[in-house]
Amino acid sequence: MRHGKYRFLLGALTLPLALYGLLVLWPYLQAFYLAFTDWTGVTSEVNLIGIDNFTRMWSDPLFLAALRHNGLMLLAVPLAVIVVALGLAAGTRGTRVYRVVYFFPQLLSVAIIAVLWQFVYTPNSGLLNGLLTGLGLDSWRHSWLAEPDLALWCVIAVLIWSAIGFYVVLFAAAMESVPADIMEAAAIDGAGELTVFRRITLPLIWDSVQVAWIYLGILALDGFALVQIMTVGPGGPDNSTEVMGLTLYRTAFTYSKFGYASAMGVAIFFLSLTLAVLMLKFTRREKVELA
Amino acid sequence: MKTIRHTVLTLWALVFTVPLLWAFMSSVKTDAEIFDSPWQPPATPHFENWSRAWEQASIGRYLGNTVIVVGGSLTLTMLLGALVAYCLARYEFPGNRTIYYTLVAGMLFPVFLALVPLFFVVKQLGMLNTYHGLILVYTAYALPFTVFFLHGFFRALPGAVAEAAFIDGASHAGVFWRVMLPMARPGMVSIGIFNFLGLWNQYLLPKALNTDPDDYVITQGLAALATSRGASSDWSGLFAGLVIAILPVLIAYVFFQRQIRAGLTAGAVR
Repeated sequence: MRHGKYRFLLGALTLPLALYGLLVLWPYLQAFYLAFTDWTGVTSEVNLIGIDNFTRMWSDPLFLAALRHNGLMLLAVPLAVIVVALGLAAGTRGTRVYRVVYFFPQLLSVAIIAVLWQFVYTPNSGLLNGLLTGLGLDSWRHSWLAEPDLALWCVIAVLIWSAIGFYVVLFAAAMESVPADIMEAAAIDGAGELTVFRRITLPLIWDSVQVAWIYLGILALDGFALVQIMTVGPGGPDNSTEVMGLTLYRTAFTYSKFGYASAMGVAIFFLSLTLAVLMLKFTRREKVELA
Repeated sequence: MKTIRHTVLTLWALVFTVPLLWAFMSSVKTDAEIFDSPWQPPATPHFENWSRAWEQASIGRYLGNTVIVVGGSLTLTMLLGALVAYCLARYEFPGNRTIYYTLVAGMLFPVFLALVPLFFVVKQLGMLNTYHGLILVYTAYALPFTVFFLHGFFRALPGAVAEAAFIDGASHAGVFWRVMLPMARPGMVSIGIFNFLGLWNQYLLPKALNTDPDDYVITQGLAALATSRGASSDWSGLFAGLVIAILPVLIAYVFFQRQIRAGLTAGAVR
């Protein structure tokens, strides 16, 4: 009854797997090899140089600055997004129209968001300084992206702004599956709103929160598009907004140090892998399940 | 208590909407009005900024490029993704598990890791700065998640209908097209929306592989316009370009907001 099974499978799988192998798998494998070479793009000149690229990375002030900035983003972005999103998700219970509005930035490309916020931060004609003047807070005006102490925080704020809406919707959907009678029972027993949230809602939606930590952590290790489009240089002023992706991109496509850039790629890979494992470990809780 | 809650929620709504409304307003002002006061609405709306952005700043061309590349890669991704997911979910054959895990492993790696070798692979294939090159790369990188997502869907479908179709003499391909694929429609819609937005918003891949300004996709083109502007540049035209880039997504969201939110968040919890 089922002849031609293997012919069908072969026909169905060959093209997609070839595409995946050639354009995804093969480049990933090559990257691990190139990371140990001094390749500059000329085919005939590839020398294995051991771990030189990695030791060099550790004393490269630009890469270390990038690492620090991604580290700061890693501390600030997931925490801020999760706290605000949890609050907004709980607050919008029963009034969904807010969620529709909060979610919209999620649909925009980071590139579009970067251009939009670059306008917002523009010193003379930008929205932010205009708003501050309107509120009579002239002394708070800044040239935001041009000040080394502020520029990275401006980028972080945009990252947070663009991510919140998604997690509001994600958490809100999870909260809706928490049965109302449990919460009512707790309220009757005299538990306050905050206690109900901490003791009942949060443990029951912890799976979603755990997912959020990992995704936001990975987001915080990137930042390439925002920095590349928004900041002066890009990565400036004074390298104050340099991120690892940008260093890699420039090392490869501006300076043609493809071996060194691949080593940076390998470093980013191991950082994100470690991060995911650590996030899973630290956010593990005893699983609460409803019978 | 209720008023406080609504005040806070409204303030947050303003945080998300005001920058967008402001960009819209600025896109119909003159440059002088933009510099004069960022908050003042224009004396008369200047919609000619939009046509200037469309033609002179090439926003129209960038949108056209994007439609071609995203249309091509979305069709290919859905077709190939569904086929692979179906075969892996419903057929037993040696190597099935190996193929599945190799594919899913692709989701673990950051694209930055592949960027340098990928550039040279595409270059050797002579596909830098071509539509088909970008379409194939987009498809290859969208496949792992598409397969992962649809695999669960095809697994959960009942086998009885397929059995009946086989007894009636349907071919393997016929069962896939006429029986299983229609039954997996909800999953196809979710992952279709997810992929459409992901592909429409690509920035890193075209930035590296598509460097001829004539071939720019919209995200690239807009970013290039914004970063290359000098003192003499056309601010109102840039705002208009930004708004034109946002509008298609906004219109889609107005009509399909529920499906879009469901599709995007369904991706996360799987």
